[in-house]
Amino acid sequence: MPISAGRSLLIIIVVSMVTFATRVIPFLLFPKGKEIPPLVKYLGTALPPAVIGMLVIYCLKSVNLFAYPHGAPELIAGFAVVVLHIWKRNNLLSIGVGTVLYMFLIQNVFV
Amino acid sequence: MAFRTAFPYTIPVLTGYLFIGLAFGVMFQEKGYNFLWAIFMSIVVYAGSGQYLAVNFFAPGVGLLNVIFMTFMVNVRHIFYGLSLLERFGKMGKKRPYMIFSLTDETYSLLCTTKIPKDVEEDKFLFAIAFLDHLYWIAGSAVGAIAGTVIPFNAEGIDFAMTALFIVIFVEQWLAGGKRIPAVIGVVSTIVLRLVFGVDNFVLPSMICIMICLVSGRTYIEKGVSSNAD
Repeated sequence: MPISAGRSLLIIIVVSMVTFATRVIPFLLFPKGKEIPPLVKYLGTALPPAVIGMLVIYCLKSVNLFAYPHGAPELIAGFAVVVLHIWKRNNLLSIGVGTVLYMFLIQNVFV
Repeated sequence: MAFRTAFPYTIPVLTGYLFIGLAFGVMFQEKGYNFLWAIFMSIVVYAGSGQYLAVNFFAPGVGLLNVIFMTFMVNVRHIFYGLSLLERFGKMGKKRPYMIFSLTDETYSLLCTTKIPKDVEEDKFLFAIAFLDHLYWIAGSAVGAIAGTVIPFNAEGIDFAMTALFIVIFVEQWLAGGKRIPAVIGVVSTIVLRLVFGVDNFVLPSMICIMICLVSGRTYIEKGVSSNAD
């Protein structure tokens, strides 16, 4: 270990507490029993689709469109997931085929 | 019972977490921390990108303030997640603190978009999803720390399972209609701000931009939601 066990433990506890803090903030601002303002209720329903859209892009954040392979593996596999899912509506099938296709592409085609 | 009902919904996360957790275990082990450390950290922290980043903190001369700031920034998107779950978690009694603690990207997405099956109590079902996801994460990091370097096949790219999971959820929401404007806002804001701010600094600006768009377009978006729901 590059640093002492005590120091390592301290770092883990700090990281744990800060992570929890980011997750607990809305629950502290709007505690149980307190009336939730209509604007917050609205955000609560409008945020999930926006956040999921953000997370798709977040997962692809390291893709470089301006250098080989120009995001081709992500684009092809992502497109396959979309088409397969609209066609069959089967979560596991879409995710499984998309992932295997992506692995094949980056390991064998776009190497 | 609730666990058995919830399990199929969590299989995509199982695949993703096993392998991203595994990668964390390998990285942590290479720093000189054995599987017990990896398991401990995955139990008490439970954050994908947060733990990847944290591996860099275990070096001489890294200040605690730096640790706090960097961890906060990498997890800052989580600040907004609870807004969608205030009422549902409010009904969960003793399980509430754990539900808040375990609110990762993947669990949030499942909790917000999964229709609760009729034959199971809502709070038990939600808890089962959160807890199973946590177990997968712990298991993945343990395996990574113990045996990650001797995996018998080339797992490069398997983390695409997580991307695929979010794409599938996105498509489901899109086909259901009603919330397409927020979905477009999320995608477009994030692409634009990723290009503007670069790979390390775009998440907070994206979240702020999404909030501004959602608030300023409220009348329009709410009208869309109700007209589609009819």
